[in-house]
Amino acid sequence: MKVGDPVSEDMTLAAVMTDKATVDIPSPVAGTVKWLAGEVGDTLAVGSPLVRLNVDGLGGTNEPEENPEEMVEKTGDHPESPSENRAPGAGERKAGGNDASMPAEEEGRGPQPAGLSSLANGPSPAPSPGGRPAPKPATPPARPAQRKPGDKPLASPAVRRRAIDAGVDLRRVAGSGPAGRITGDDLAVYLEGGAEASTGRGRIADTSVNDVRIAGLRRRISEKMETASRRIAHITYVDEIDMEAVEALRTAMNQDRREDRPKLTLLPFLMKAMVIAVREQPVMNAHYDDEARILRQHGGVHIGIAAQTGAGLMVPVARHCEARDIWNCAAEIGRLSEAARNGSAKREELSGSTITITSLGALGGIATTPIINHPEVAIVGVNKMEVRPVWNATQFIPRKRMNLSSSFDHRVIDGYDAAVFVQRIKALLENPAMIFVEEAA
Amino acid sequence: MNDITCQFLVIGAGPGGYVAAIRAGQLGLDTVVVDDRKPGGTCLNIGCIPSKALIHAADEYFLMKEAAAGRAVPGVTGGAPSLDWAEVVGWKDGIVNRLNNGVTGLFKKSRVKLVEGRARFLDGKTVIVTGETGEQRITAETVVIATGSEPVELAALPFGGKVISSAEALSLQTPPERLAVVGGGYIGVELGTAFAKAGSTVTIIEAAGEILPVYDADLVKPVRQRLAHLGVTVMTGVKAQGLAGESSDLLVETAAGEERRIPCDTVLVTVGRRPVTEGWGREELVLDMDGPFIRTDETRRTAMRGVYAIGDVAGEPMLAHKAMAEGEMVAEIAAGHRRVFDHRAIPAVCFTDPEIVSVGLSPAEAKAQGIDTSLGRFPFAASGRAMSLGREDGFVRVVARADNHLVLGIQAVGAGVSELSAAFSLALEMGACLEDIAGTIHAHPTLGESFQEAALGALGKALHI
Repeated sequence: MKVGDPVSEDMTLAAVMTDKATVDIPSPVAGTVKWLAGEVGDTLAVGSPLVRLNVDGLGGTNEPEENPEEMVEKTGDHPESPSENRAPGAGERKAGGNDASMPAEEEGRGPQPAGLSSLANGPSPAPSPGGRPAPKPATPPARPAQRKPGDKPLASPAVRRRAIDAGVDLRRVAGSGPAGRITGDDLAVYLEGGAEASTGRGRIADTSVNDVRIAGLRRRISEKMETASRRIAHITYVDEIDMEAVEALRTAMNQDRREDRPKLTLLPFLMKAMVIAVREQPVMNAHYDDEARILRQHGGVHIGIAAQTGAGLMVPVARHCEARDIWNCAAEIGRLSEAARNGSAKREELSGSTITITSLGALGGIATTPIINHPEVAIVGVNKMEVRPVWNATQFIPRKRMNLSSSFDHRVIDGYDAAVFVQRIKALLENPAMIFVEEAA
Repeated sequence: MNDITCQFLVIGAGPGGYVAAIRAGQLGLDTVVVDDRKPGGTCLNIGCIPSKALIHAADEYFLMKEAAAGRAVPGVTGGAPSLDWAEVVGWKDGIVNRLNNGVTGLFKKSRVKLVEGRARFLDGKTVIVTGETGEQRITAETVVIATGSEPVELAALPFGGKVISSAEALSLQTPPERLAVVGGGYIGVELGTAFAKAGSTVTIIEAAGEILPVYDADLVKPVRQRLAHLGVTVMTGVKAQGLAGESSDLLVETAAGEERRIPCDTVLVTVGRRPVTEGWGREELVLDMDGPFIRTDETRRTAMRGVYAIGDVAGEPMLAHKAMAEGEMVAEIAAGHRRVFDHRAIPAVCFTDPEIVSVGLSPAEAKAQGIDTSLGRFPFAASGRAMSLGREDGFVRVVARADNHLVLGIQAVGAGVSELSAAFSLALEMGACLEDIAGTIHAHPTLGESFQEAALGALGKALHI
């Protein structure tokens, strides 16, 4: 795009990159480029003009374009949205001020019916191919908004003060009073529903922002996550585990279990596998005191189990799993999760873990990037188990497979050790008999 | 002396500066204001207020003289009045003094610290104030330049001796026998009229084709008539050349190119005012200029962060009430509020005789903008109140858009119409239409009724004319 280039309606003028996204800016009108704010790759200030266009025809004929332009403008209003978006809109508006051929947006609000103006917009392509809904033959607004480009919006000082306090540009507010005066009610309507309420075009941009105070447990979670994410250099390792064997064993054990024994889920198997794995890699079952630079390796394996409760995320802790058999692990999980859910969990039952399991399994998802439960150094994430086709060298066979997404503190654990750890758990789960053999050893 | 650190520093305690300081203090900002004069600036010390006091005194004296001559209200007569101008000036000084103290009291009330002395910028955050007791360094987060304006000097007529500026004219101990006023703007005509009423023989010299050049002929005509009635000689299209001869007469060149001598005892030069942009260290700052003024945006922010400029130094119109509004605004901005200067109406008043008020667009200005207008005009000759006051000269005029009747401007000329400026400005600021004014019951009998009648006239529905 360079000065003098012709542009058609909806043609992409520029790709604007914000810190969050890259957005294509379509031309709201057909015309020729008159001025560009910069070269490709330049950084522009938010709200500054991006491009100025020379537009054919008389003012006030671009009614059909008003809506998208407004939408762009609206997103610009949202404090968190990529606000560079507003640049084109603002640019055009400014151009309208000093370029008689560029119809300013205000004029589009006039009493002129939308249908008429699209006819008047001679060379512009008829209903836009982009599938944008053709302008409805909307009833023209009842008010005589005769504001001309550059005219100051008409409002009493009190209304103007309210507008500026609310951060509203009164040029966007339709006035219902005599001579298009903006009354206090007009502003109130705008503030409640946005200008869209007065355009009467159906879908409206929601510019509302709802401030929610982060307090209580949510606040604690937020602080904890912040600490973990800021201080720990995470490395996440994902591998797929064949679950046929452990599932077969689990089914058999559940079928023949004694009355007093709990039903086994997959979790106790994973816990026992982890106990064995950390016995071989004690670095995994540790707290890293990063101020003292001491890695405190624990003998006891206290496994935190992240659980979603009504109030938010909680991590009840199954203590001394190295001293529990698989049935006991299952019973402890049952007791703890019940306590966490009904709020009766004691303080010590919610703290002191040395390594954590997190599971979004039931919801699906192929992989996660778990955040380590600071000051621990490892967290094992369980993804959904599902039947997947597996190539067994001659054919695809259906196998129950499950991903394990595990994060490690890369400051104290090398990627190689992380892989060894996960591979050890994988081996144990794929040959679950080894869990019991190793445990006995 | 101890250095001061504050949040809000105002350079100049004129109408803009003192209002900025008071509002900032009220909003809890740690505020310092610097001036080497008593607070109140030109307006209070050597401008609006003292001139109005002298104009009023001259009016009173003149009315008594008229009554003595049997030219006042029939049946009202009196003996020949006497005038002690020095006492009048003393009375004027008393008013000024009370107002100085009033501003000082307001500073105390809003916890504003007043530092006496001349400020000079070291950088955008720091000034050195030189006062009687030494130098003091003041550092601030926000600095407001409110240095005001000063009378323009003519090269041919430097101030000194018999050539005086408006400031000296307010402290003359006697009215000059023969006063020549160079410059027929509002200051010159106001003071010339007052001295004429106080007994001076006054000649007003204006280089342009008409006195009060910013106002249209219709508004100026009643003033010209009154000046003629008062015996004031008005010379237009005439340029002052300097003083000449042993008697140091004022030498002027007429439009025809001939030289004339005007014998006079005092020459009052009132050819305009210019912003004070030198002498306070502007060269230490990086300020964009806009002609003689400091360039500011709609929040009166200059090109430098945290540096604002308000009042006369920040642009036309050089009027106290504009400066006050700007001062209030910048203080609120400094306190974290969102404000812009978007006033629609800044009234201008001439305290001539009769007075002139103008707010918004004149008919010619509206036409120049390509706006179709409806005009309404109501002469005071048709006003019962004007008749009962003995002053039927002048009129009220309303300029509105022809299509939607939005009022664009209001002008009036007449005795005492300065007080109508409030109604005019409110109408414009509120975005009134002709129907709003016509539909408002105005008290009878007042001069203000003429405003309603003018609006009715613009709607083609005049009742009393």
